[in-house]
Amino acid sequence: MQAAALALSVGMAVAAGLVGCFAVMRRMSLASDAMSHVALPGIGIALVFHFHPVIGGFAALVVGTLLVWDLERRTQISTETVIGVVFSLALAVGSMLATGDELVDALLGAPGTLGSWELALGLVGAAAVSVFVLTQRNRLVLALVSADIARTSGIRVARLELAYLIAFAVTVALGLRYLGVLLMGSLIIIPAATAKYLARSLDGMFAIAAVVAVTSTVAGELVAASVHRATGPVIIAIAAALFFASLALRRQPAAR
Amino acid sequence: MANALDVERLSVRFRRNVVLRNLSFSVAEGSALAVIGPNGAGKTVLFRALIDALPHDGTVRWAPGTRIGYVPQKLDIERDLPITGRDFLDAKAAVSQTPRADVGRVLDLVNLPASVAGQPIGALSGGQFQRLLLGVALMGRPTVLLFDEPTAGVDEPGQERLYEMIHRLQETEGLTLLLISHELSVVYRYAANVLCLSRESPCLGPPEEILTPERIEQLYGTPLKYHHH
Repeated sequence: MQAAALALSVGMAVAAGLVGCFAVMRRMSLASDAMSHVALPGIGIALVFHFHPVIGGFAALVVGTLLVWDLERRTQISTETVIGVVFSLALAVGSMLATGDELVDALLGAPGTLGSWELALGLVGAAAVSVFVLTQRNRLVLALVSADIARTSGIRVARLELAYLIAFAVTVALGLRYLGVLLMGSLIIIPAATAKYLARSLDGMFAIAAVVAVTSTVAGELVAASVHRATGPVIIAIAAALFFASLALRRQPAAR
Repeated sequence: MANALDVERLSVRFRRNVVLRNLSFSVAEGSALAVIGPNGAGKTVLFRALIDALPHDGTVRWAPGTRIGYVPQKLDIERDLPITGRDFLDAKAAVSQTPRADVGRVLDLVNLPASVAGQPIGALSGGQFQRLLLGVALMGRPTVLLFDEPTAGVDEPGQERLYEMIHRLQETEGLTLLLISHELSVVYRYAANVLCLSRESPCLGPPEEILTPERIEQLYGTPLKYHHH
């Protein structure tokens, strides 16, 4: 069971690192952080009606994602703005539904023992997200550089966008338990930001983002257990430390 | 000769602002059409409507089997993306189901050394980046090239080389070319037909009919200098 839990942490971290690469390159850093908060009202509803919080969180994320995607297409308002509004609403509704300790757990994550179906579902989700990013990387790159080039290459840009946002939502859902809604966005963004800073090619970026995310997660779990602190904040503190270390690394003249 | 493109009564509007109204024209296969007009006349809007990136009225009919290579005007990307020219070309190769070996052929065609293509795209000069975009457009063996101001941000000798390259490609690969340009001397030299867009009345014809001093003054509002060759 221990090994399976470790596998899930690693899988979640790899998925977060990979999905994050495109979030950072698409300048969605702040938006991604905000988007993870959309899970909160779903968790609140799950707590009220006594079903699994991650299911509620995931459902809310999917609804939020569809709302953001649709509003953006229909109104031509920027993703950042739409997510900003949807997120504030989600946080407000979520805070009304969940209170006290429940709210703190939902916000910051509360690792407990995982059931076998939770582990299995988590592993499947992590694998699906990683496979999506790696197999769709070429489409995602073309759409990132120019939607018009992507379109004339036969890519259905709006559909790809939706698929990416769903992959993002799945990734956030994977981390809700460990990191909570406030911090999961950070595990997606910080390793990818580190990778963007250090890498000189796409393969390099994927590799660095995955390694930084896995290192932060595994080290964070170990450290948190030994100092008796919540896991999420420790994971993010380590990821942020690695980010700052990368700033120092890049200062070397060899970097360019 | 068959037409590569037939456009009938094309209109594009943004809310109440009509940018293109009832535009009809055709482009023969293997020929070059230059689109000219002052800023805000809707040149880029026309291109984006042609590739179905904008909602529009009227019909846009490409010949069956048309493959479009699109070179956009400017790209809204960060300078420090860890995406190399090679990553970009490989992505286009994969999506257009072209063998990777074609990347080398395209780099030769656009005269871009492999060492330059290996650099992050943000590190390329304006001219190198334009040639990379042309290379990406050529991956997948397009039958039509859409070129939105290919030489913006490129110095004059660079412009000359780029146009020569486009012209050569058009002849050797038998491409149909649609080109937005402010360089009237270039338009004069390379285009079989010129489509001028303006708020009042669009005009279409061979360069020697369209690029008369009176027409140009009417179109741009000022007399414009250009040289024949």
